[in-house]
Amino acid sequence: MPPSNVRALRLAPERVPAEGRAAEIVSLADWPSVEQPVVPLVPKSAPSRARRLLSVIGHNPLAVSGGAILLFVALMGLTSPLLYPGDPLAIVAEPFIWPGTDAAHPLGTDSLGRDMLAGIVHGAAVSLQVGVFATFLGLLIGVSVGAVAGYFGGWTDVVLSRVTEVFQTLPNFVMLVVVVAIAQPSIATLSVAIAIVTWPGVARLSRAEFRTLREKDFVLAARSLGFGHVRIIVSEILPSALPPIIVTASVMVASAILMESALSFMGLGDPNVVSWGSMIGAGREYLRTAWYMCALPGFAIMLTVLALNLLGDALNEILNPRRQVRR
Amino acid sequence: MTSVSRAARTAWRTGLHAVPTALGVVVLSFLLLQLAPGDAVDVLAGEAGSATAETMAEMRAHYGLDKPVGQRLVSYLADLAHGNLGFSPRYNMPVTQLIWDRLPGSLMLAGSALVLALIVGVALGVLMAAREGKATDRVLSVLSLIFYSVPAFWIGLMLIVLFSIKLGWLPSGGSQTIGSSATGIAAVLDQLRYMILPTVSLSLFYIAIYARLSRISMIEAKGQDYVRTARAKGLGETHILFRHVLRNALIPLTTVAGMHVGGMLGGSVVIETVYGWPGLGRLAYEAVMGRDFAVLLGILLFSSLLVIVANAVVDVLHGIIDPRVGGNDATK
Repeated sequence: MPPSNVRALRLAPERVPAEGRAAEIVSLADWPSVEQPVVPLVPKSAPSRARRLLSVIGHNPLAVSGGAILLFVALMGLTSPLLYPGDPLAIVAEPFIWPGTDAAHPLGTDSLGRDMLAGIVHGAAVSLQVGVFATFLGLLIGVSVGAVAGYFGGWTDVVLSRVTEVFQTLPNFVMLVVVVAIAQPSIATLSVAIAIVTWPGVARLSRAEFRTLREKDFVLAARSLGFGHVRIIVSEILPSALPPIIVTASVMVASAILMESALSFMGLGDPNVVSWGSMIGAGREYLRTAWYMCALPGFAIMLTVLALNLLGDALNEILNPRRQVRR
Repeated sequence: MTSVSRAARTAWRTGLHAVPTALGVVVLSFLLLQLAPGDAVDVLAGEAGSATAETMAEMRAHYGLDKPVGQRLVSYLADLAHGNLGFSPRYNMPVTQLIWDRLPGSLMLAGSALVLALIVGVALGVLMAAREGKATDRVLSVLSLIFYSVPAFWIGLMLIVLFSIKLGWLPSGGSQTIGSSATGIAAVLDQLRYMILPTVSLSLFYIAIYARLSRISMIEAKGQDYVRTARAKGLGETHILFRHVLRNALIPLTTVAGMHVGGMLGGSVVIETVYGWPGLGRLAYEAVMGRDFAVLLGILLFSSLLVIVANAVVDVLHGIIDPRVGGNDATK
């Protein structure tokens, strides 16, 4: 009796989440013996995967709250020009109004008399923009390098892996500071800088995926049909390599937001926009008397990043069923 | 093969592998820094406020900043081959000395944060894996996800608010009491008090990573055949947990922790800023701001070497934890 069969049987029902489970369990119970061939229990087609995604997220209260928080932050960022049409850096009231003491400024004002809530609402837009741009760029560079290295192998792989390794060896945050100091800080350069330090991780991941997938039959078939390398990489292998990359992307957005906030806190952010990190940096001097100035924007960062990580966990459960450990 | 010769082989292999990487790091950072607008003389002149064009040209010639990029790179590499990292115009001392001065502070902070993170992280992970799916597991999972999501500099500030400002238990910054004449045990205890907050703030993020990682690898290891065999032999659950499950779960953990050594030195920039801790991260930040590129290059090279060394140590550790690893080059 091949042991792999037994293992697959034992693990299989637990791997199929939520709705699909009942049907699978019934069919498993009907099986007369463990020697039966293992039917692929994880559906591969796109629509059922999407349905599974929704159903798993729906049954996971943590993922639901993560999604809700993220939706709220995104709405806040998108509607910031409507909610607070003026410049959030403008002085609107007397300084040091504590949160909850003035109905006109529910979260109070900072040391110059700028509205805290206006800053947090506008900061949401900045954080999310940097998070999304940086992740997009990082994925673009990382997946391209990883795909080429993994697909072609040989010397291409050796050279690209070495370059990746050099970038990965450089200490991330020092590198970030260097890049931002070279290019004047703006949302665009911050995103590029973050992408520069995050792509090596993506490259390693996609290299591994492409190395495995290029040996598969469907790639051989595509090759024998005379497809070009670019076509094979983009339309044949990439879709299969995507699930782990998507999971990484959600975590990358989270860490990009953290990096942006740290840079802005150090005074290396875009000076023309208000960001959560720069608000904390500005409030730092008044920690003794008005600690709410640091506490509130930091709380916003924490909630946003937490929401992204909760979603990342849920995505991991759905998209990487084999890597994920049964619950 | 004995473990000593295996360790030596690993070290040799890593050394061979490290040379091109380190060279790549130096050349890449050197060229990158050439893109930066302004140099150390600009900043120094700006701060002095009274520099003429002639004195600035003289200073550039003095520090060799007027030569073409290629020539400077070659002479930098030649100096490097002699263990000379160059001279800092800003601090007016050799870079090597600057780094040695700041190194103990950085290593102490990063080292204690890493140790704390490993101890607490693995303990939490073991606890979560043992109570898999129960309330303890869920609460701790969410808690570790929160640790993972909190910006380190922010938690640093909040700890200052609580423990320094409100409770007055711990100092809010610095590395020792200024003007303290304490020696021996008293001096060490004094320094420990200053280390608590920075260490905790730096380690929270890593505690979360290690807790999550050790939880998942322990749960994975629990389902393996050798654990079932151990149980069938009648071994006690505690013995199985520590000798069989945890030992195997330690392999991915050491890999990740090795990768963090370099990151902690660099990532402690913000923590060093929050607590005014005199370390390499802070020095790097000041070097960028002062365009003191000799210092920055030295730090980048140094922390890269540290990453390489840490990876070698991890390889050796893997050989000790799991004798099947590292026996031949094919597994690498």
